[in-house]
Amino acid sequence: MENLNSYLIVSALLFAIGTIGVLTRKNVIVMFMCIELMLNAVNLTFVAFSRHLGNLDGQVFVFFIMTVAAAEAAVGLALIIAFFNNKESIDVDDVNLMKW
Amino acid sequence: MFDKVWLIPLFPLIGFLINGFFGKKIKNEAVIGGIGTLMIFLSFLVSCGILMQMVGLPPEQRVFEKVLFPWIHSGSFKADMAFLVDPLSVVMIMVVTGVGSLIHLYSIGYMHGEEGFYRFFAYLNLFCMSMLLLVLGSNMLVMFIGWEGVGLCSYLLIGYYFHKKSAGDAAKKAFVMNRVGDFGFLIGLFTLYWWFGSNHNIWTVNFVEIKAASHLLPYGGVVTFASLCFFLGATGKSAQLPLFTWLPDAMEGPTPVSALIHAATMVTAGVYMIGRMSFVFVKSPETMMVIAVVGAATAIFAATIGTAQNDIKRVLAYSTVSQLGFMFLAMGVGAFSAGIFHLMTHAFFKACLFLGSGSVIHAMHHALHKIHSNDDAQDMRNMGGLKSTMPITFLTFLVSTIAISGIPGFSGFFSKDEILWMAFANAYHGNLNFVLWGIGAIAACFTAFYMFRLVFMTFFGECRINPKAKGYLHESPLVITIPLMVLGFLAVVGGYLGMPKLLGMLPNYFEHWLEPVFSLANEYGSKYAHHGAHPSHAVEWGLMGLSVVIALVGIAIAFTMYVRNTELPGRFVASFPTLHRAVFNKWYIDEIYDYIFVNPCKAAGQFLWKGFDVIVVDGVVNGVANVIMGFSGIFRYMQSGYIYNYAFSMVLGVVVMLGYFIFK
Repeated sequence: MENLNSYLIVSALLFAIGTIGVLTRKNVIVMFMCIELMLNAVNLTFVAFSRHLGNLDGQVFVFFIMTVAAAEAAVGLALIIAFFNNKESIDVDDVNLMKW
Repeated sequence: MFDKVWLIPLFPLIGFLINGFFGKKIKNEAVIGGIGTLMIFLSFLVSCGILMQMVGLPPEQRVFEKVLFPWIHSGSFKADMAFLVDPLSVVMIMVVTGVGSLIHLYSIGYMHGEEGFYRFFAYLNLFCMSMLLLVLGSNMLVMFIGWEGVGLCSYLLIGYYFHKKSAGDAAKKAFVMNRVGDFGFLIGLFTLYWWFGSNHNIWTVNFVEIKAASHLLPYGGVVTFASLCFFLGATGKSAQLPLFTWLPDAMEGPTPVSALIHAATMVTAGVYMIGRMSFVFVKSPETMMVIAVVGAATAIFAATIGTAQNDIKRVLAYSTVSQLGFMFLAMGVGAFSAGIFHLMTHAFFKACLFLGSGSVIHAMHHALHKIHSNDDAQDMRNMGGLKSTMPITFLTFLVSTIAISGIPGFSGFFSKDEILWMAFANAYHGNLNFVLWGIGAIAACFTAFYMFRLVFMTFFGECRINPKAKGYLHESPLVITIPLMVLGFLAVVGGYLGMPKLLGMLPNYFEHWLEPVFSLANEYGSKYAHHGAHPSHAVEWGLMGLSVVIALVGIAIAFTMYVRNTELPGRFVASFPTLHRAVFNKWYIDEIYDYIFVNPCKAAGQFLWKGFDVIVVDGVVNGVANVIMGFSGIFRYMQSGYIYNYAFSMVLGVVVMLGYFIFK
């Protein structure tokens, strides 16, 4: 694996896109997808380093992250549905019950 | 039987719990009053049993300490919940439970129909329990519980008619003045404890142990300080100069309360306390002198005020203060058993007088109520000529009045004469004796005068009550008159227990009985007392005769002024207006106290409230709150409620931290 840098740049770009998406979008589902994007950017880094160092630990980690991400998606979507049932909206600005 | 001593305070406690918790539900006055009376009567029976057993024992075995349970054990400090049975405490429990039972019985009739009937009996029982703890406690701490307990009950019962402002004020006054005394008691207690502990490694508050170690105490010095502190406690509780002004005001309470607490029992606690610790007091000649002088001064002072009061209960209240002065005079001249003897006889005749006055007030109140008159039922100027309508009350009242005046054959004569004789012939105060005796004799003359003034104004002459109410006057029911008769009987015969040796008809049982308690004190006293010439029997006979003459003179003056020639008092007032005003207004003592203590305290309180509390304390509290409000006003903008703001700050944080690690 000669070109580690390009992998890292791609993963950094993906992570930045995900972060900006979380910060700027109001639609919860889009924000959710952006979080997935960030997770997978990290996964990409793990895999790249794993190849680069010839160590499988990173790839094992990726499997764990994907499992957790799946579980998180299930819980998160359930929350979104519950929220939608109450408010007829998935706009994050409507999640303001705890606001002072 | 000695072992059962703990039952004595327990019974009234049970009565208090039953009436206090369930009295409101029971409602039936006969049941409530019955429980209250029965409980104290059971205590009386146990006390009788203890007395019987003690009479059968030789004098040196008459001390018994019953430890109920360990109370405070901490390091070298030990205080148990323990009771001391000795001749002195037996006298006291007999008086408290005996007179107490009669007054409970009387209250059933007197308090009939009052709102809070159950409350009255609950408090009365609680009072009896506290008083019994006070007299039975075998160490100063148990005594102190009782000491505070009776103060509390006194407060509660003076303020029984709490919807009346005057009653509430009187209750507060009594409580605060008692607190001044209690402070002295505590300081004295600490001083003794500390002195014994640090000098002789005897850490104790137990009376028996202190008595055993009392030979270590020096004459004067620290003992003077400690005993003066104790005496301050006694002046508060027993209404002596300078802390006596609460007692006349305490007459706001129901009359049985005045009889039980403010005449027969609680106010004698100070005398009892000095008797209990006589071996400490006698070690300080200075304290003995202070006690004697204060006692004599109070006796004459209160007696003079008593001559000009028109409220029947107030006259009796000042009389009580004056008689307590006699008891302190006895204590101060080392005549401890005479003082306790006067305590006992005084309990009989003064309880009878108060209950008698209660009976009169009851009848007056009833009659005035019938015609919807607002005349004062306690004002003697509205009474007069009651002897035919209330014969039993009149007779018992007259007997007790004769007793308190010191006419031979009645109990007051024996005890008061013993005190006057000891004031004259004691070996402690040298030439001061003549002054003490003189003041005492004059006070006795005043006593006879104002008491007979009371009798003449109330029971003799023509009836000054509103004529319409006259027909409604009647003798009180049996439940009221039976206690009167028993107490009247005791007021006559009580004195024969302690007949002076001089008369020689009966031995002085009473002095003999208390001899083991006071022998040590007398022994200490004889170490420094002057062994001057003992006055002869002729002098004693002479003084005894003189005191009888003095009493008769007092009665004669009262008779001339209030029966024979009734315009004399008016003429007297007209010719000495200033003197009368001063006496009538109690020598302006209350006003002086207001000026010296109460008003400055109020001003200080006002300053602390308006100045310190509002500006400084509230300022600090509000200032802190304002500062926090100001800061949170700034920081609350961080709490925008937009998720992306929070997420952004998280990202920013991560970036900063990473940047730090990368570029450091």
